[in-house]
Amino acid sequence: MKKMNDRERTYLIMTIPILALFFCFNTLPLIKGFMYSFTNFKGYGSYDWVGLRNYIDLFQDGRVGKSYLFTIKLAVVSTIVVNVLSLILALGLNSKIKFKSALRGMYFIPNILGALVVGYIFNYFFTYILPAISKMMGGSGTSMLASTSWAWVAIVVVCAWQSIAMNTIIYISGIQTVPEDVYEAGSIDGATGWYKFKTLTFPLILPFFSINMVLCMKNFLMVFDQIVALTKGGPAQSTESISYLIYNNGMSGGQFGFQSANAVVFFILIVILSVAQMTFTGKKEEQL
Amino acid sequence: MKEKKIAERVNWPITILLIIGLITILFPLYMAIVIAFKQPSEMTNSISGILSLPKSWSLANFAEAMRVTDFWRSLFNSFLITVINLVVSLLLHATIGYAVGRNKARSKFYNLVYLYIVSGMFVPFAILMMPLVKQTAQMGIANMVGVILCYVVFYMPMNLLLYSGYLVNIPVALEEAARVDGATTWRTYWSIIFPIMKPMHATVAVLTALGTWNDVMTPLVIMSGSGMNTLPLAQMTFQTQFGTNYNLAFASYLLALIPILIFYLVCQKQILNGVVNGAVK
Repeated sequence: MKKMNDRERTYLIMTIPILALFFCFNTLPLIKGFMYSFTNFKGYGSYDWVGLRNYIDLFQDGRVGKSYLFTIKLAVVSTIVVNVLSLILALGLNSKIKFKSALRGMYFIPNILGALVVGYIFNYFFTYILPAISKMMGGSGTSMLASTSWAWVAIVVVCAWQSIAMNTIIYISGIQTVPEDVYEAGSIDGATGWYKFKTLTFPLILPFFSINMVLCMKNFLMVFDQIVALTKGGPAQSTESISYLIYNNGMSGGQFGFQSANAVVFFILIVILSVAQMTFTGKKEEQL
Repeated sequence: MKEKKIAERVNWPITILLIIGLITILFPLYMAIVIAFKQPSEMTNSISGILSLPKSWSLANFAEAMRVTDFWRSLFNSFLITVINLVVSLLLHATIGYAVGRNKARSKFYNLVYLYIVSGMFVPFAILMMPLVKQTAQMGIANMVGVILCYVVFYMPMNLLLYSGYLVNIPVALEEAARVDGATTWRTYWSIIFPIMKPMHATVAVLTALGTWNDVMTPLVIMSGSGMNTLPLAQMTFQTQFGTNYNLAFASYLLALIPILIFYLVCQKQILNGVVNGAVK
């Protein structure tokens, strides 16, 4: 009995301090964030409780609404673009090609590079190279980043450029789990090309598809570095992501309390989305 | 069977398409390299002026960029933060992963701890950001220490999930045998279980290190007042000083990318394995 206690004690000693650390730097700030969201705190000085004022203002604030629309649009479009392209790329990289491992290695490079620096490099590309090309072809020669209707597309391109690498690798490992005899059986039944992909490959890699969807959606909803490097939210606040708005106005714009309320709403959105995605893909997989 | 596979025809059309596709990956890097080596006077407004090879491969821009951005100091800071976070994360996360993973099936308490920490994955940094800035300032750790502590906590949910998942494959009999020999639980863990989790350490190390090295937001909000920079943060801090001298800016960008590229060249296989393992589990 004494020995049992000793074991229990060791497990507790292993758990409690680390648990306390987690509480201190995750749960505690989370609770504080909730609390600040009911105040008119500017980030300095004194503040008062204002009840639900911030939340009411939040839903009437045009700038906040715009940033949600932009972020969701960016996340949905990027997720679709990334998943389609990386599936095609993964199928290509998994077929009987020469230089297979070298090609796979090269296509993964974007993923290891820092998003901020990549964003700065693309910033130059969109500001100088692309307009020059469009001028040569008789276009107007203005930068995509300066246009309220096109700047978001540039951000999609940069987000996709980096994420495709990651998703492709996951799809490749998914395709490799499909046993060869499935294809052999399929080819006897005359399954080729698109039909083979639709009926054999895709259903079997569905779990990997759902991993990629979740990964993409979450990453893109939290987009920040690319915005800083490419547009700083402009032009005319058309590319302000939620994270960027919270950072910009909350940290230096004197809206600490108000942006805390924004962050709470954002947090709830992320939780709902994650749970929905998990139950949805869980059900889909069960059907198979 | 094996011979038959080798004899199968190489699919050249796809190979060639994939090689052409590489342009999308390599072009931005090529652009960065040629601009970094040029002088501002070589940058005419035409594309050929921007994208042609530089007249001389002078390292002057790099020397200047190193001076302006205090490169070695930023590199050292990034390195320090990444390595300390890595070591602390491996030790702490493996330990709590063990304690929780071994007990969550039989104990309500450990199962709760597991769910509590893992659900931290849903918490976006945006909501923690502002309170954490206040908190680290109050605690006097609005510097690299604060950043490292934040990282250790941020990576805990995912790493706990990975470690406790991996433990399922390690038979409990191993520990029982050591216990019969009179070893304490503590010793059994460090001498038997911790070493045996080596494959998972590799995965965790790759994911944690890549994430930490490239992260901008955490050091930006927490240590921006300390006068210290990490390598990516320095690129942001010195944007105004680069001005329109893009040659200098690109030399600095390249310098910021080179360490991780070298790391990738050396450990490509481990990195790819780590990333896949982490995502799929």
